[in-house]
Amino acid sequence: MIETLALIILGLPFFVFVTNALFIRYKLGSTSGTSGLLNVSGMGICLVLSIFVIFNLDHSENKYVFSWISINNISLDFSVMVDPLTAIMLVVVSGISFLVQIYSIGYMHGDKSYTRYFAYMALFTGSMLGLVISRNILQLFIFWELVGVSSYLLIGFWHERSSAAAAAKKAFIMTRLGDFGFLFSIIYLFNIDSSYLQIPVLYEAILDEKISSSVATILAVGFLIGGIGKSAQFPLHNWLPDAMEGPTSVSALIHSATMVTAGVFLVARLFPLFQISEIMPLIAIIGCLTSFISATMALSTTDIKRVLAYSTISQLGYMFMALGLGAYTAAIFHLFTHAFFKAGLFLSSGSVHHSSGTFNMKYMGGLKHTMKYTYYSMLICSLSLAGLFPLSGFWSKDEIILSAYSYGGFLGNICLIVGLVVAFLTAFYMFRAVTLTFLGEFRGGGDKELEDLKKKNLPVPPTIEHVHLGESPKNMVYPIVFLSFFAIFIGYLVNPVFSKLIFIDKHLFGVFLEKSLEIFHFHGAHSFDFSIALISSFISLLGILFGINIYKNKIELKKNKFFKSINSLLDKKYFMDYLYEKVITENIFYEIICSGGEWLDKNIFDGVNVHLSKLTGRLSFKSLRLQDGQIHTYSLAMIMFATVAIFIMVLLG
Amino acid sequence: MINYLVTVTVFFPALTAIFLLLLKGRDKIVFTSIFSSIITFVFSLLLFLSYDKSLGGIQFVDHFKWIDSFNIKSSYLVGVDGFSAPLVLLTGLLSLVACMASWRIEKRVKEYFIWILLLETSVLGVFTSLDLLLFFVFFEFELIPMYMLISIWGSGRKEYSATKFVIFTLAGGAFMLIAILALFSSASVSNLSMVSIPELGIMGIPDLIAGQKLVIPASIIFIFFFIAFAVKLPLWPLHNWLPDAHTDAPTAVSIMLAGVLLKMAGYGLFRINLGFFQETLGFQIFDYTNLLALLGTISIIYGAIITLRQTDLKRLIAYSSISHMGYVLLGFSAMTSSQNFSYYSLNGSAMQMFTHGTITGLSFLTVGLIYDRTHTRDINKLGALTRKMPMVALFFMISGLASLGLPGFSGFVSEIMIFLGTYKIFPVYTIISAFGVVLAAGYILWMTQRALFGDNKLKANDKTYEFNSLKDANLFDLLPAFIITIPILLIGIWPNIFIDFFDLGIKEMIK
Repeated sequence: MIETLALIILGLPFFVFVTNALFIRYKLGSTSGTSGLLNVSGMGICLVLSIFVIFNLDHSENKYVFSWISINNISLDFSVMVDPLTAIMLVVVSGISFLVQIYSIGYMHGDKSYTRYFAYMALFTGSMLGLVISRNILQLFIFWELVGVSSYLLIGFWHERSSAAAAAKKAFIMTRLGDFGFLFSIIYLFNIDSSYLQIPVLYEAILDEKISSSVATILAVGFLIGGIGKSAQFPLHNWLPDAMEGPTSVSALIHSATMVTAGVFLVARLFPLFQISEIMPLIAIIGCLTSFISATMALSTTDIKRVLAYSTISQLGYMFMALGLGAYTAAIFHLFTHAFFKAGLFLSSGSVHHSSGTFNMKYMGGLKHTMKYTYYSMLICSLSLAGLFPLSGFWSKDEIILSAYSYGGFLGNICLIVGLVVAFLTAFYMFRAVTLTFLGEFRGGGDKELEDLKKKNLPVPPTIEHVHLGESPKNMVYPIVFLSFFAIFIGYLVNPVFSKLIFIDKHLFGVFLEKSLEIFHFHGAHSFDFSIALISSFISLLGILFGINIYKNKIELKKNKFFKSINSLLDKKYFMDYLYEKVITENIFYEIICSGGEWLDKNIFDGVNVHLSKLTGRLSFKSLRLQDGQIHTYSLAMIMFATVAIFIMVLLG
Repeated sequence: MINYLVTVTVFFPALTAIFLLLLKGRDKIVFTSIFSSIITFVFSLLLFLSYDKSLGGIQFVDHFKWIDSFNIKSSYLVGVDGFSAPLVLLTGLLSLVACMASWRIEKRVKEYFIWILLLETSVLGVFTSLDLLLFFVFFEFELIPMYMLISIWGSGRKEYSATKFVIFTLAGGAFMLIAILALFSSASVSNLSMVSIPELGIMGIPDLIAGQKLVIPASIIFIFFFIAFAVKLPLWPLHNWLPDAHTDAPTAVSIMLAGVLLKMAGYGLFRINLGFFQETLGFQIFDYTNLLALLGTISIIYGAIITLRQTDLKRLIAYSSISHMGYVLLGFSAMTSSQNFSYYSLNGSAMQMFTHGTITGLSFLTVGLIYDRTHTRDINKLGALTRKMPMVALFFMISGLASLGLPGFSGFVSEIMIFLGTYKIFPVYTIISAFGVVLAAGYILWMTQRALFGDNKLKANDKTYEFNSLKDANLFDLLPAFIITIPILLIGIWPNIFIDFFDLGIKEMIK
């Protein structure tokens, strides 16, 4: 029953994709409104079914087996796996996707490739849904790659913009670097035992201690590299901010539910394997590092979407940190709450762009008065992201910080400190963004920016449009309001305090989720610490106040030399883009390795052939002289040969 | 079973070619050729579908002695097994596509189609010959039409490229001829059948030379055969003819060259190098697998690195072919008989031949469509093609994504099978080769980004083509692209329907 539903949930978006791409696109035209409606209804049904699934979970019986390849009794079978982790992801993915589709109807209105957009969106959602219900790791990898390619198509959706095409390529190639690690681990696992690619079988094997710690470490490293690429963790994080080139609604989907959460999901899915490996601290360290550096990068950027993008990387760093500390539940819970408020934030930024005509916060300001719904929704989502009590972001962030605290030791303390610092930074940059966008005076929007850029003879980004102040259309506003509602209340599902909150049992989320790892008797530390909660809330509050104060009163930090130098370092993104794109890719790889190879190919390998043929030509020309038709040459040769022959005969007797 | 189906399939194109001599009028010739290639395709499909998988082995055998009373060891012996049936189908399919893609040809139409059809016959002959001498004849005969097609209907340095192609292949063929003569003059070889067919009482070379002394050591014979196929594959460092031949050949010939001609080499490796040298005296193929894997790996990485530097679309795809054919050799090399997993890589290798044939066929087809309209293949002059020819761009994108090994397309299936199977035997080579997948993403996306997306890069005074008057391909141009996309998607989504064919053939080859 549940598996059938899961298959329907998977099948629907693909059906929508094919219908949009093949039928609607050619029969009803590339701007057909039907495509949007089809997407909304398709995702809506998915959402309803997913909610049904989450309430009716039973033990999966593995009914539908699709034999993908089978040779010599070694087969790669694909089938469905629905456990609590999957069920939660199904709801998150289809729910967010549903809201984003509604929003897109308004946001993409008038785009000349409206149908194509919705076709890609359906493919994107479908791939992510397929990823979470995969029972086989190779099957998971297939959907993983499909997620990658659909994000490639969506980031590069406005492909006539060179920057969009470049960003899409960058995203695909950087995640593919990570996929290389993923692929390696699949190959390695298959060669240990081909059945281990089935996740439940792998779980059993781990339980029976058939997989040694050293083997698990090798496997875990590969899977982790895959996760790092997909979830934009250090050092493969550069692609995500550039991915802003796609439509904002796409960013909302990428940053909240699909794509970047896939890496976290992968680590969570293979959590038992990671637990017996020795790289758990490494995951925590990577998470720490990522969350810190990306939070700092968010401080200086003036593009509102980039602020949000860095914030996503930073929050994903939190999740990795939690996973590394063994706080499985906290990580997934943060993924869960983060999806709602981050989607809300992105959709709000799209709404802001709709009215101000720019993403540059320098040219915004004062929008509070003209777009009330957007303002309050974004405010709530920002507060939630900042982790202020009692919004949902508070509960999930608190769980992570608490897990660092209770982990203790050197690693735990580092994570705790970084976690708190990042909490401060998060609150600070979010309220910097809110202040610059909504408070104060309106600073001219897209029109003004266009003027300024033209004055300075700078290239004009294609995102700049004319200002028309006012609230966005209803189908854009409703999803935002809806998401901000979740940003307030969804956090209570974890309920660490009360014994019963209306219908929510104590630790409802944790108890439910941990059934996924039932066979390992996994139990998270369900606790709540008032002092930690107080400290983290206080720190967030401090960040919020700083953020509002500094930017509302226009305190010029840049006059200070120290801040100025930091600012320029942050503007250059710690020189990471420069290092990757210019030094490694262009200078070392392209100019030295590839062009060296090309030189070899031209001069040595082809050169040998050419010289060989020339040599043959010359030889044959020389030997031609032996037959020049001159009788005296022949007679000379005859006499010489006869002399030599007689001489030899005499010698030999 | 249908009598003489193989013979009819092989010689039908050649018969049409003769019939074409009698025809007058361009349209009639084009129509007849396309019609003939459809018929041949139907024959090959029939052959493929009516091959009885439950029986296995060699089927549809046609056998005649050249001269009855006189034992010259060789005879006319054709037939298909699980390994060659898909390749015959591939040839039928790609010849159809090649003929359809040539419908706009204006120059010396009659000759052109005669050569194309003769080419088809010779390739089909290679895949169906079971007699070594017959195999050699077909293998070498293909040079004549290819030389004509490149040097007359080609572009650029066409004579140079055609000559280079012929010299390389002939040099390889010379080695093969020596190897065949060595087998021929060995006492134990009583006939030149490449396989044993118990129903006809024919003992094949593999059984005849097992444990026997040959006139020259088996290892040398092996290497001579291998050189011939390495040139054709093409394998690093014998690959330099390929980029030139591809760049200067007309579209249809590029499709045939990459799609099926290279596969003759892979087929030869399986049928001869693997088939013959498992039980030979003093040397078995297993002694050289390490070397083979190394060469395959070098080809993969080397090809990919050179590809990254190319700016000519056809040259780029040609170099990527070198990289992709390296996977064939890598998968082939993991044949250690005791390993169950090696069936994965051998099947993957065979699969790679088929998938690369279709994917690269599609690539060359779409590049041809682009070239027809823009008269350039220089990436620096192209750009923003999606705006003007969305359908061509779509198929170009499909071929690109399939070629970089995206799941859902057939390229991924063969690559993952090869990796899964080879890892246990050659872990290091496998990991290095798997990195080729990342490089492939690099060159493909770089190419599509610059040729299809972004802005029109053509300078204002450049009169190569008029960007604004570019037109998308019409339905008849796109039809072959549709046809060839079907197997790419089908195998990508459900490989199992195809794999058992190759598996049947490979199981018979491995002792």
